Amino acid sequence: MLDDATTTEQPLTRLPWEPGVSKPDPILVVDEMRKTFGGLVAVDVDHLEVQRGVITALIGPNGAGKTTFFNLLTGFDSPDRGRVAFDGDMIDKASPHTLAQRGMVRTFQLTKALTKLPVIENMKLGAKNQKGEHFFNALLTAVWGGQEKEIEARADDLLTRFKMDHMRDEYAGTLSGGQRKLLEMARSLMAEPRLVMLDEPMAGVNPALTQSLLAHVKSLRNEGITVMFVEHDMDVVRDISDWVVVMAEGRIIAEGPPESIGQNKAVIDAYLGVHHDAALDLEEEEERLAQVQRIEVEE
Amino acid sequence: MSEQTPLIEIKDVVAGYVPGVNILNGVDLVLAPGELVGIIGPNGAGKSTMLKALFGLIPVTEGVVTYKGDDISDLPAHELVERGIGYVPQNENVFPSLTVEENLEMGLYLRPKKTTERMSYVLDLFPRLSERTRQRAGSLSGGERQMLAMGRALMMEPEVLLLDEPSAGLSPALQDEAFIRTKQINRTGVGVIMVEQNARRCLQICDRGYVLDQGRNAYTNTGAELLRDPKVVELYLGTLAKVE
Repeated sequence: MLDDATTTEQPLTRLPWEPGVSKPDPILVVDEMRKTFGGLVAVDVDHLEVQRGVITALIGPNGAGKTTFFNLLTGFDSPDRGRVAFDGDMIDKASPHTLAQRGMVRTFQLTKALTKLPVIENMKLGAKNQKGEHFFNALLTAVWGGQEKEIEARADDLLTRFKMDHMRDEYAGTLSGGQRKLLEMARSLMAEPRLVMLDEPMAGVNPALTQSLLAHVKSLRNEGITVMFVEHDMDVVRDISDWVVVMAEGRIIAEGPPESIGQNKAVIDAYLGVHHDAALDLEEEEERLAQVQRIEVEE
Repeated sequence: MSEQTPLIEIKDVVAGYVPGVNILNGVDLVLAPGELVGIIGPNGAGKSTMLKALFGLIPVTEGVVTYKGDDISDLPAHELVERGIGYVPQNENVFPSLTVEENLEMGLYLRPKKTTERMSYVLDLFPRLSERTRQRAGSLSGGERQMLAMGRALMMEPEVLLLDEPSAGLSPALQDEAFIRTKQINRTGVGVIMVEQNARRCLQICDRGYVLDQGRNAYTNTGAELLRDPKVVELYLGTLAKVE
């Protein structure tokens, strides 16, 4: 485990630990992205680069805007303004399916398996450029039959790799939460992505499956796939990520290797709250209340 | 702590929203008369659930909750209000289409005779509300709503006030106001149990704090001690906070 960590961390070791720092070989570059819901600024990111070929974790306290930011990056929501470049191409107006075509796929916190289709059919849906996807072609088995076999073979390979081959013909609806997470991850690989975005991959997964999911995420990186994931479980973050990006109140407040994050004052403030240097006495309390009144009046 | 009967005692409580899925796996808490106690902990630790179980909003499957020595584990919320426990939920804690005055009256419908007296007490405590008694609650700012929700709970002259994240969603200045107001209410002799996401500011005003993790008590100590305790930071940031 140590040797694969050292090889992949290398490109990032010399970087300064600051928000928005530029990386040697970014696969994703975000600029001046902003999204508001009414008066609430959900995402306000000046600049972020995601390094190719490593695992980047996106963390932050509740309501930091992580999932919204993820939705904006993956085309599931559109920003008020901002630019995203994926491998050099501007993608800020692209829809999720075009992004998948181009090599960026995502999974969801609450899995989206098609419950009334067998596992294998769920897998096959993930493949792109299927010839039978056109009306007339669909009628002619000869056009797509060969490709279908290839796709099925690939799906079976992936199921074997994810140790789900014994569930090949079960309905996805009968799978447990953790198995659905595995299925979703396996299905995302059917699209042969360059960048995989995982939204809370470990949420709701029973501890017995966690290790195998973690191993799969690491193996993606070892195959050269870039991984970005949102996660609440800090042990998971520590275990698998090469780089950590911290959000709070819509902004990126810190970046760095996992071991740098726990000592970062901005991060601790974001998670545990800002407090006064010393408890206030009665007089100071009155003063603070008067200040608040003044702020309110000015507004 | 003194030998007197605690105002509230939670003992080995197990509770959850769905049968078979427990959020609280045996938690304890003691609130002495006039004390201000904080409950903190990372996401999903069961903080708000603990208040809901205490206030009769979800069933207590195991363990006991007592109020001045009486078992209240199975009592519904309205009876607890009658007995002197006030609760301020985190969200949707005012009636938006009613005026400030009407909202406060709602807080005392069990004892309408005392309305005038209690109303002036609450409006004294929150001068900003007194300027807006005829305004609809829905048009108030987030901070004012929080004051109104606290004010309504105070109408019944409770001996215990349960606050679920009073600072949530407020700007830093207003958060500070919520904490100071809470402390002020506590100084008038009302026992307070508050759940807070702003852990450090909460510990700063609390007599004692309880740190929850996964539905269990992780630590308990005085607010000041917990504030200095590196284990608390570790609980929020997990292994990330560990120094090599």
